[in-house]
Amino acid sequence: MYNYVEDGDSKTTAYVEQDQEKYDAFMARIEAGEKIEADDWMPEDYRQALIKLISMHGISEIMGALPEKEWVPKAPTLRRKLGIMAKVQDEMGHGQLLLRVAEDLMKPYGKTRENIMEDLLNGDLKFHNVFHMPTKTWADAGMVGWLVDGAAIISQTNMLDASYGPYQRALQRICQEEVFHAQHGESIIMALAEGNQYQRDILQESLNRWWPALLMFFGPASAETTGSSKQDIMIQYKIRKSTNEELRQAFLSKYMPRVFSLGLTVPDETIRYDQEQEKWIYKQPDWEVFKEIIRNKGPRSKERLRLREIAYENNRWVRTALATEPVSV
Amino acid sequence: MNPIVETAEQAKQNPEYLKALKELLYQLADDDLLISFRGAEWLGLAPHVEEDVAYSSITQNTMGHAVMYYNLLEELGDGKADDLAHGRKVEERRNGTYLEKRNGEGKYLEDPYYDWALAVVRNFFYETFKKTKLEAIANSSYQPLAYVARKVLMEHPYHLAHWKLWIQQLQSSTEEAKNKIKQRVLEAWEEFGDVLELGTLATDMRKHHLITIGEEELLDRWQKEITEVLLDVPNATLGKRYGSGRNGEHTADLVQALDTLAEVYNSDKSAAW
Repeated sequence: MYNYVEDGDSKTTAYVEQDQEKYDAFMARIEAGEKIEADDWMPEDYRQALIKLISMHGISEIMGALPEKEWVPKAPTLRRKLGIMAKVQDEMGHGQLLLRVAEDLMKPYGKTRENIMEDLLNGDLKFHNVFHMPTKTWADAGMVGWLVDGAAIISQTNMLDASYGPYQRALQRICQEEVFHAQHGESIIMALAEGNQYQRDILQESLNRWWPALLMFFGPASAETTGSSKQDIMIQYKIRKSTNEELRQAFLSKYMPRVFSLGLTVPDETIRYDQEQEKWIYKQPDWEVFKEIIRNKGPRSKERLRLREIAYENNRWVRTALATEPVSV
Repeated sequence: MNPIVETAEQAKQNPEYLKALKELLYQLADDDLLISFRGAEWLGLAPHVEEDVAYSSITQNTMGHAVMYYNLLEELGDGKADDLAHGRKVEERRNGTYLEKRNGEGKYLEDPYYDWALAVVRNFFYETFKKTKLEAIANSSYQPLAYVARKVLMEHPYHLAHWKLWIQQLQSSTEEAKNKIKQRVLEAWEEFGDVLELGTLATDMRKHHLITIGEEELLDRWQKEITEVLLDVPNATLGKRYGSGRNGEHTADLVQALDTLAEVYNSDKSAAW
């Protein structure tokens, strides 16, 4: 689950002069719908945009396991325990798949997965804004699967034809699994919506709480909000197709009817679909909060990073042990 | 010639048989539930991403095994599987005490200073035991149980191989890793004893061919397999420091485990989740 969101303090890499002939050939290939592979020539800004996108996507899958993981041991029935275990395991698997893709791209710079982990812990590599949010009740386990993964499916299917082959193929598999995740989330939500008053209350409370985060999921509409945006270069290089706002509109069109049909409301009385403009009109979330979150100053940023850091430091002896000569078995 | 019992209804005809069968099923179910719960707490915190994927897969399979045993108990009329897993009191639990032990210092949501050496030793000891016990149940007189045992034994070799590899790698690696494994093995040697017990109804379990070996042979076979892999086997009798979980004796760690795994379940027992 994930969407590419600019972090606001990144500097746009200056266009390095390079072999114009190679560049033209590269552009001709992606214009023709060909896929670029790990060992192919590629412009520096393309490589750097991909590294940033894919390492952030990968690390967000791994960090994204943490809020859901809070509910894995607590799932209320055996069936739910099995479902959420399988679901979070998938997310870790996505993280692993994507880190492998990022590692290949980073090779020319002599960087490895250790660098990705260290960049995460020192704050240079961000994880997706939605995973900085707290979870409070079992309804959140459903909400993450239903609407957060639902949003992820929208942003990821937008890149299913991405020009970079290894990423594009990883996304094919990830999106297939995400569909199951959304169904898993929907099933938890349905049980709550059809349940007793307490269950319906925690469901509505969860949606109210997640609402701003869901709007922020796709990032701000333009660079004006955070000072920079990689939307343009991503579209130019055929990594993604739509803008942040187009994705948000697609999300609202898909999910608002479902939200209302379950008898739920969202904390925005002004939200409506405008037939003439053919788009959803909604109250903007507080983008100042968004800016804080992507600087790792969100409600649970510190705690989640701390969990990651403890796991990383506490298991250092294991990685050291594995790095010695392998035993024959 | 073993008497064959093909259905729950048939099993219910003989009270002595039924009682021993349920006791055995609770041991199997509670063992898998607890080790799987401890595994679920580790999720996202393993030494590397690949291990997180593998360990959570094993944990998920193990929970699936627990579900099959609780379902067999439900068929035998002991209540709903979900209630059996979430609602039974501490003294009614039949898991071995070593399996309820916390993963290390801290809590899974806060400061989880978990110990990978404990995870490796515990899972290796347990999976070796599970193989031994299930092989002795694969020809159980109770056909629904024999069927489940054979099914579990099909995926179990992968679980055991995983933990065996970890033991072999760590005990042949750095001094630090060797020491950590050694310390956890010594500790396990003082605590694992009750896992190998069959409880107060052991005699009836054997008499009715629910299981085809007794406690002594279970211990022998387990110890033989462990000895083949461990470089350092403690020269002592296996202990049971925390008593016998098979008789309902448990530690505060089980209370913590049950409070957590049943937190949502307990929040509204009448709700359908």
